[in-house]
Amino acid sequence: MIPAPWALLAEVTHACPLHCPYCSNPLELVRKSAELTAADWARVLAEAAELGVVQAHVSGGEPLLRPDLADIVRSAHRAGIYTQLVTSGVGLTPDRLGELLDVGLNSVQLSLQDARRPGSNLIAGRASYGDKERAAAVIRDAGLPFGLNVVLHRHNLDNLPDIIEVGARWGADRIELANTQFYGWALLNRAALLPTRDQLDRAKATVAEWRAAHGTKPELVWVMPDYYEGVPKPCMGGWGARSITVGPDGTALPCPAAYAVPDLAAPNVRDRSLAWIWEESPAFNAYRGTDWMTGPCRECPRREIDFGGCRCQAHALTGDAARTDPACALSPDHDLVRAATTAVDEDGRTAGADSFVYRRPGGPRISSNGSSRTP
Amino acid sequence: MPSDASWRPALDRSVMLRYDRVRDADLLLMPERAVRLSGTGGRILRLCDGSRTVADIVTELGRSYPDAPLADEVPAFLDRIRAEGWLR
Repeated sequence: MIPAPWALLAEVTHACPLHCPYCSNPLELVRKSAELTAADWARVLAEAAELGVVQAHVSGGEPLLRPDLADIVRSAHRAGIYTQLVTSGVGLTPDRLGELLDVGLNSVQLSLQDARRPGSNLIAGRASYGDKERAAAVIRDAGLPFGLNVVLHRHNLDNLPDIIEVGARWGADRIELANTQFYGWALLNRAALLPTRDQLDRAKATVAEWRAAHGTKPELVWVMPDYYEGVPKPCMGGWGARSITVGPDGTALPCPAAYAVPDLAAPNVRDRSLAWIWEESPAFNAYRGTDWMTGPCRECPRREIDFGGCRCQAHALTGDAARTDPACALSPDHDLVRAATTAVDEDGRTAGADSFVYRRPGGPRISSNGSSRTP
Repeated sequence: MPSDASWRPALDRSVMLRYDRVRDADLLLMPERAVRLSGTGGRILRLCDGSRTVADIVTELGRSYPDAPLADEVPAFLDRIRAEGWLR
């Protein structure tokens, strides 16, 4: 018997006003014309609840770009699912949030790219800091549980004290300090985003000082930078163990980065029930449990703790999703990660790291002189 | 903070209490977190509707559990849940 899933990540669109170079969407973004309808989502959410899902993260892209978002949120609420909106904040007016509250929205997670306007706008690839500041006030005024998510990297880690201060001032209950995970767009931009060890050490000290002084108001959540830890992260709590990701076109995967793992034969909610996808599909069973493990994972006392790390990272770096995550110091491929971290010099510079490949429809585009184009 | 006589506990707005048929348990749901309650835990929290005092809750539970040491255990449980930020 396969334990029931707890959470559904509903990526209702890949359209987004922002172009962050570490976007967690796949390199090949789904077109609007291929998106599931609100009626499709109603069925998916009802099936998810039936299966045991109690949390939904309604995400994108930017979910507010769907005019029928309230219909989707209503379906989640009716199924008894605790529903969180994951948003850039662009378009989150009091009216729009009011409409979502009326149909049962429970909480909001807002992204912020950096503490101050220029840095935040540079990463977002467009002016959006003001929108975020206004969105924060809208969320706070509505009295909703308010999480702030900040992806951390070389260009904003040194601003961490300011980032936390902004989050506290904006009224966040929780600040997720998410060190960049390097797959997809972020892997393309790794040379420009990878921090130095010194930066991370200072950031950890900042977090410890804040917690000692302020406790959990707001609560700080530190998502570890696995390239520097020597131990892999227990990605998604294990493959097919807790969570289902459904993309805009109905593709269902154990995690949002798994689009990039080939030969998975990703199932689609248009063709199959969510129960079949969770329990029976080859994709969800491919790396479930520990039987698939290779190399040092097989005998490792941590194999039920970190599940061999991230399958998508193993594939991205070694070409084989069943190998030990190279972020693990015990991995025979750990030198791949070490080579990347040692290439960052003390000033945080890496060869060829002067510009970002911004996330945009049509996949990454590199101009002929090798530098990326900004949007 | 020990529970006081005037306190009428209610779930914090961020928290949803619901029965989960799949896991046959009451759950507290909140952003990024789900807490599985014991049978009695769920039963106590269902009475926390902002209208009952702690004494009311103890009395009401006493009808179902006449021999249980409710006068000690219920306030202690409610204090623990309040310390987590899930009751106000």
